[in-house]
Amino acid sequence: MKARVTVTLKNGILDPQGKAIEGALKSLGVAGIASVRQGKVFDIELAADADKAKAEAALKDAADKLLANTVIENYRVEVL
Amino acid sequence: MKSAVLVFPGINRERDMARALKLVSGQEAKMVWHADTELPKGTDLVVVPGGFSYGDYLRCGAIAARAPVMDAVRKFAAGGGLVLGVCNGFQILCESGLLPGVLMRNARLKFICRDVHLRVERADSPFTRGYKAGQVIKVPVAHGEGNYEADEETVQRLEGDGRVLYRYCSPEGEIGESHNINGAAASIAGIVSERGNVLGMMPHPENHVEPIMGSTDGRGLFEGLAAHLAKAA
Repeated sequence: MKARVTVTLKNGILDPQGKAIEGALKSLGVAGIASVRQGKVFDIELAADADKAKAEAALKDAADKLLANTVIENYRVEVL
Repeated sequence: MKSAVLVFPGINRERDMARALKLVSGQEAKMVWHADTELPKGTDLVVVPGGFSYGDYLRCGAIAARAPVMDAVRKFAAGGGLVLGVCNGFQILCESGLLPGVLMRNARLKFICRDVHLRVERADSPFTRGYKAGQVIKVPVAHGEGNYEADEETVQRLEGDGRVLYRYCSPEGEIGESHNINGAAASIAGIVSERGNVLGMMPHPENHVEPIMGSTDGRGLFEGLAAHLAKAA
């Protein structure tokens, strides 16, 4: 079983890296881009016999304890 | 002054820190490995030095903040022990929950490595009693992620409780956007915890402690700590 945790910056948090990427895309002539926010994706392999509900709870715990800094970031857990 | 300097993989300012501590207090600092679960007996100052712990992986300071030694530091701080975090050390203290907020990428994206001016906001803290309130000191910074941010309520609480001890300023001590090198909220360079016993700051006072370094402006911080501890003992 696989899982994915996506970590994104909360609204209103300044994202200079996203801004720089946005600028680079515009200078490359990629059309139609209004804005870019950078985040992180963690692809996680779960033990074969993992229970889905338990896995979700464990991944939330992982995100709260380490993967995300909840002062500035939101996260989403998906068991695939 | 019995100091313990924490050592994490990727930290690189621990020897500068130990040298400054020895110079001012006359006592050798103990180096404490990140996997240790206890601080040396009798420790009265814990220092989290600068560098790039764990290569800044995930977020600056995030992995180091979860190291075994940090539980001992949390316990030490909860008992009122003095903790000083500089640069990556400040990031580690924020990530470990000992200080509020977070250090974000510098607003203008560049790594900044130069001398800056700081205004000492108050002189009645163990971390500033070696200075006068309003004094301007010149110390170096070397960071890419020193832009202090916290929600509005937290910043207001820090201001209201007088927990901002150091602020980026002009050589004359003026605060303003043009002197706020990394875009930090309220030009914050250093803050203390609610109890006032944990300081985190981005600049490196340990690198301005001998005339050969071009300035001794950083000495006041360590001298103040030594005086505070000598009085407490």
